[in-house]
Amino acid sequence: MNPVNYLYLAALLFTIGATGVLIRRNAIVVFMCIELMLNACNLAFVAFSRMHGNLDGQIIAFFTMVVAAAEVVVGLAIIVSLFRSRHSASVDDASLMKL
Amino acid sequence: MSAQLAAHSTSLAAYSTSTGEAFQFWILGTVAVIGALCTVFMKKAVHSALCLAGTMIILAVFYLANGAYFLGIVQVVVYTGAIMMLFLFVVMLVGVTAADSLKETIKGQRWLALLCGLGFGILLCAGIGNASLSEFNGLAQANSGGNVEGLAALIFTKYVFAFEITGALLITAAVGAMVLTHRERTERAKTQRELAEERVRANKQLPPLPAPGVYARHNAVDIAGLLPDGTPSELTVIKTLRDRGQIRDVSNEAIKDLKALEQRSEERLGREEREEEAAK
Amino acid sequence: MENLIALLVAAPLLGAAVLLCGGRRLDAVGHLIGTALASVSFVIGAILFADMLGKDAEHRAMAQHLFSWIPVEGFQADVAFQLDQLSMTFVLLITGVGSLIHLYSIGYMEHDERRRRFFGYLNLFLAAMLLLVLADNYLLLYVGWEGVGLASYLLIGFWQHKPSAATAAKKAFLVNRVGDMGLSIAIMLMFTTFGTFAFGPVLEATGETGEGKLTAIALMLLLAACGKSAQVPLQSWLGDAMEGPTPVSALIHAATMVTAGVYLIVRSADIFNAAPDAQLVTTVVGAVTLLFGAIVGCAKDDIKKALAGSTMSQIGYMILAAGLGPIGYVFAIMHLVTHGFFKAGLFLGAGSVMHGMNDEVDMRKYGGLRKYMPVTFVTFGLGYLAIIGFPGLSGFFSKDKIIEAAFAKGGTEGWILGSVALLGAAITAYYMTRVMLMTFFGEKRWQPDENGHEPHPHESPRSMTIPMIVLAFGSVFAGGFFSIGDRFVHWLEPVTEHAHGHPPVSATTVTLATMVVLVIGVALAYVQYGRRPVPVVAPRGSVLTRAARRDLLQDDFNHVVLVRGGEHLTRSLVYVDHTLVDGVVNGTAASMGGLSGRLRKLQNGYARSYAVSMFGGAAILIAATLLMRAV
Repeated sequence: MNPVNYLYLAALLFTIGATGVLIRRNAIVVFMCIELMLNACNLAFVAFSRMHGNLDGQIIAFFTMVVAAAEVVVGLAIIVSLFRSRHSASVDDASLMKL
Repeated sequence: MSAQLAAHSTSLAAYSTSTGEAFQFWILGTVAVIGALCTVFMKKAVHSALCLAGTMIILAVFYLANGAYFLGIVQVVVYTGAIMMLFLFVVMLVGVTAADSLKETIKGQRWLALLCGLGFGILLCAGIGNASLSEFNGLAQANSGGNVEGLAALIFTKYVFAFEITGALLITAAVGAMVLTHRERTERAKTQRELAEERVRANKQLPPLPAPGVYARHNAVDIAGLLPDGTPSELTVIKTLRDRGQIRDVSNEAIKDLKALEQRSEERLGREEREEEAAK
Repeated sequence: MENLIALLVAAPLLGAAVLLCGGRRLDAVGHLIGTALASVSFVIGAILFADMLGKDAEHRAMAQHLFSWIPVEGFQADVAFQLDQLSMTFVLLITGVGSLIHLYSIGYMEHDERRRRFFGYLNLFLAAMLLLVLADNYLLLYVGWEGVGLASYLLIGFWQHKPSAATAAKKAFLVNRVGDMGLSIAIMLMFTTFGTFAFGPVLEATGETGEGKLTAIALMLLLAACGKSAQVPLQSWLGDAMEGPTPVSALIHAATMVTAGVYLIVRSADIFNAAPDAQLVTTVVGAVTLLFGAIVGCAKDDIKKALAGSTMSQIGYMILAAGLGPIGYVFAIMHLVTHGFFKAGLFLGAGSVMHGMNDEVDMRKYGGLRKYMPVTFVTFGLGYLAIIGFPGLSGFFSKDKIIEAAFAKGGTEGWILGSVALLGAAITAYYMTRVMLMTFFGEKRWQPDENGHEPHPHESPRSMTIPMIVLAFGSVFAGGFFSIGDRFVHWLEPVTEHAHGHPPVSATTVTLATMVVLVIGVALAYVQYGRRPVPVVAPRGSVLTRAARRDLLQDDFNHVVLVRGGEHLTRSLVYVDHTLVDGVVNGTAASMGGLSGRLRKLQNGYARSYAVSMFGGAAILIAATLLMRAV
């Protein structure tokens, strides 16, 4: 098997995640889909690391994880406060950005 | 033994992978894609979270297979262990039983999303197929001093500034999360006496709120108490459950139960009457 | 001596400034100041004239450079004066007649409470007119040109409480603007052609310039002259200008300002000489106006308007002469000077008659006034004899020369122009005799007005009669003085050049013919107005008479062609503006509005919709990257 298949898998997962972001209304699920996209990227980075024979790709994946962790913390805090004020976790309910 | 195994696997990873890894890829890859799809299409957030956790664990296995041992462990510990648990906490907070409707409300959104997704995926795959990926070096050399040591050497030399900045980012995120969720109490908490006086002044619900549940069999907190005429009173359920719409209505059940009880007792009474007649 | 030239302009300018800014405390002496400063200007002119006579003919021109007005690289405009024989003639005419009319106005405007202002305007006019004739370049001439236009406007509308006067002033100003436009275009053409406006360089350079350009410049100058001198087609304002006080009509609209066009053409003689087509047009304009004014003059019952028609006609003679080239320039100026005398005298006489008749202007309500105003009768009569060309008087010499020169033009043109001039002389004799007979002869025809005030004709005060007497002297003797020994020709020759024309018939024949038509004209008028009583209410008259009463339909023509045409043009432009321009503008705005209204729907506030567009954008970016790689 050619290790390039890992990249195809990453692309597939990324696309599924992105489509999920667009389709789902529940903010938590949207957030999970974003995590899925980040993980797909990480898989690609790890695969690249193996291809190039150096560890830089893994470092980037590591940083991605850290950033994802920070993002999850802030994002979930936002969802919680949103739920508190609106009693709903639907992203469509927060549609004040229109004329 | 494990070191030998690792060396063996890495040496094999030069241009092509072992049959075992290929087998593992196709099986686990399929599962990972199914997990991802379930994440997107499950109605309940809890199920989505569990599917995502499964996909992440499979990704951890792939990391290990690709020679990223440290990342594989971190993936399991941090992602699946910590972040997904955080997700579950929030899901519980929002309401674990609440199921989302998957019906689209924005016109054309679903078709646009699918079209974009399909196009994006095809283009991405085309890009990968188009890229010159003939060279495949493997990590044997890079991992020769141990994967964790290699990563550490890079993090604390080449990427030290990025590392420091991620530290600052984490601190900021923690503070931000606190700021976002924290609610400052701007006024003194009301005493019991003041609350009672307020209730009298409002003249809505003078006595304490009624207790939930009806009869001994249904004293659960999510079941509204029945009023004398048999209708449920939502006042008996706490506000959080009311807001979530998680009130179980058992009034019909209770009446059905009552009817069954009466029937049974009538049957028994009838039998007893017959026995009495027989005794006579 | 040269330094005195600026004083010529400065004296009346000072008078204007003092009188117009001085306020009411000068009311008592304003007229004296104005008259004194006009006389100062005349005295200076006389001194300069005496000095000039002392030199030989070729070295008489003087120049004075005051200051650089617009000193810009490649664009040099100076305030500089030039005083040659031509300018000198004008200076003497303007200041002389001007001073006399100032004097006359003292009496005429005695009861007008705004007399000080009137004298201020008169002084302003003198200053502007002197600037016009003394300027040594076209740009400064233009300043004077506009200045006299302004003074004319202010003076025609002096009795601004009368709507007719206000309208007449506006009309004069507007019609003059057309001519002014011609002058400004001519000056611009000169600048692009010659790079300068100074008379000397411009006129010297005419020899090396193409005829087309010179024709264009000359035609523009002619347009300017038409506007200022009330020549066809810009003649319509002069009749209405008679709404102004009579001294104004005498000074500005008879003797001086209206002759500025003739001055302009004679001054630009070299340009016209090099553009024969423009000269032909000039003669045609002159000939047409000559007849036009004369016919209008025959039909008017308003004494001032009859004289205005006469003025138009006489200036037509001058323009005709100026268009003839070197054979006519001198005679144009000579006729201009003699006309200045007798026409100013006639107007002052008319003013005197009006003064005695409670400002009545209708000649049908005069009659037999010779008994009541003997001085006016005699001076007016002398002016009358002069204008019809009675042998020995001024008009005889100057007009006769013009008719001769017209014949001398040669060929068919010469015959036509000469005949027109002769015909004009006959009509002149007719309408002037008519004026004379209706005013001073016959029975008295005035009646009490609606308030029961019957006019009591009386002779005017001394301050009015003296100028009339002086001007009558000029009317009688000027022509003879100028002509005997060809004095005037020799005087002007260094400036305008002079060529002796050779008429196809002898000069004596022309003179005889003139005499014959003169007698015919007088006789006709006598038969019509002297032998029969003049009806107080004007008879309906023939078609020509009625048309002439309406100024030969000039206003109707202007109304139909210019006003209506302008209105239609404006309306169509408004329509185009509303439909096309506004349509494009509003259409653009509306389509943008509609487009944004549609685009606004994309802004539905749903984060997911925005995310789709981002995702789509990312897909497009990848596609673009792949395409670039593929290429």
